[in-house]
Amino acid sequence: MKRLGFYLPIAIFAGVVIYLAVGLTLDPHKLPSTLIDKPAPEFDLPPIEGFEQGLSSQDLKGEVSLINIWGSWCVSCIIEHPVLMEIKKNNIVPIYGIDWKDPPGEGAVWLKKEGNPYTLIGDDAAGRVAIDFGVTGAPETFIIDKEGRIRYKYIGPITPEVWNEIIFPVVEELRK
Amino acid sequence: MNRKILKLMLGGLFMLALGLGAAWAVEPDEQLDDPVLEERARDISRQLRCVVCQNQSIDESTAPLARDLRLIIRERLVAGDSNKKVVTFVVDRYGDFVLLRPPFQGDTYVLWFGPFIIFLIGGGLIFYYFRKVLKAVPDQDPSSPAKKGKRGS
Repeated sequence: MKRLGFYLPIAIFAGVVIYLAVGLTLDPHKLPSTLIDKPAPEFDLPPIEGFEQGLSSQDLKGEVSLINIWGSWCVSCIIEHPVLMEIKKNNIVPIYGIDWKDPPGEGAVWLKKEGNPYTLIGDDAAGRVAIDFGVTGAPETFIIDKEGRIRYKYIGPITPEVWNEIIFPVVEELRK
Repeated sequence: MNRKILKLMLGGLFMLALGLGAAWAVEPDEQLDDPVLEERARDISRQLRCVVCQNQSIDESTAPLARDLRLIIRERLVAGDSNKKVVTFVVDRYGDFVLLRPPFQGDTYVLWFGPFIIFLIGGGLIFYYFRKVLKAVPDQDPSSPAKKGKRGS
C-alpha cells in the first residue's frame, strides 16, 4: 500500500507528461476534415481566363483524382508545383485545380509562367467552393475516389516525400 | 521625467489603437442594414473560431477567410436561417473545432468532467493524508508543558 502511494502519483504524472508531449507538439493547423468519406460538395465553377472548360463536381466521377486548391498568391504552392508537374508528365493521376481567390487573370498568368499541371481548372474567385470543402489555407489537396467521394485531405505543399509516402499509396489503394 | 510620461502616453495610445483594431474586424461594407440581424450575425461570429488564426473568433479576425465566413453568415441570416442552422453550416465544413465553446458530447466528456474528477481525486488524497496525520498526533492539551518535546519522536 505504501509502495502504491509512492508510485501511483509518479505513474499518473508520467501519463500526463506523455499525453501533453504528444498533444502539444501536434500542429493545430492540421485540422481533420469533416468531409472524409463524404461525397465532394456540389459545385460548378467557371474556367479561368484563357481556358474553355471550368470544373464541376460531375467531372470528379469515374476515376480516382486529386483536387488541388491553389492560387497565384500562394507562396507554398511554388514548393509543390514541380511535384504536380511530374505527376502530370507521367500521367499518374488527374489533378483538378481550384484557383482560390485569385484576382481575375492572375491564375492563368501564373500557370503560363510555371506550367500547368491540371486536367481541368475552376475559378473560385469568391472562395465559396473552397469553404464548402472546409479549406483553411492553400495549398490543400483532396483525394477523390471513383464515386466522387472525398477520401483523404492533405494540408500543405506536396513534397516528393509526401507524394511517395502518403498520397500515392492512398491513390493506389483506392484504385483497387 | 516628462519624457517618461510622454513615452507611457504614446505606449497607451498604441495599445488602444491595437485594441480598437481588434474590436473592429467587421468592416462597414459587411454590415447588414437590419440591426437585429446584424446583432445576430455578430453574436454567431463571436462563437466561431477563425481557422486561420485559431485563437481569435471570426468576429475579431482580419483574415480574409474570416471575412468570407462573416459574409456567408449574413447571407444565410438574410435568407431566413436560424442561428443554429448557420452555426451547423460552418461546423459541417470545418468540424467542432470551430466552436469556441466545445460541445457537450461523448468525445468531450473528458474535457468537461476531467477537472472535477482531478479535483475529487486530489481532494480525496488530501483528506486521506491529513486524516492519517491528525490521527497520528495523540489528543493532547497544547498548554500542557509535560508533553512538549515528545512530538516527532
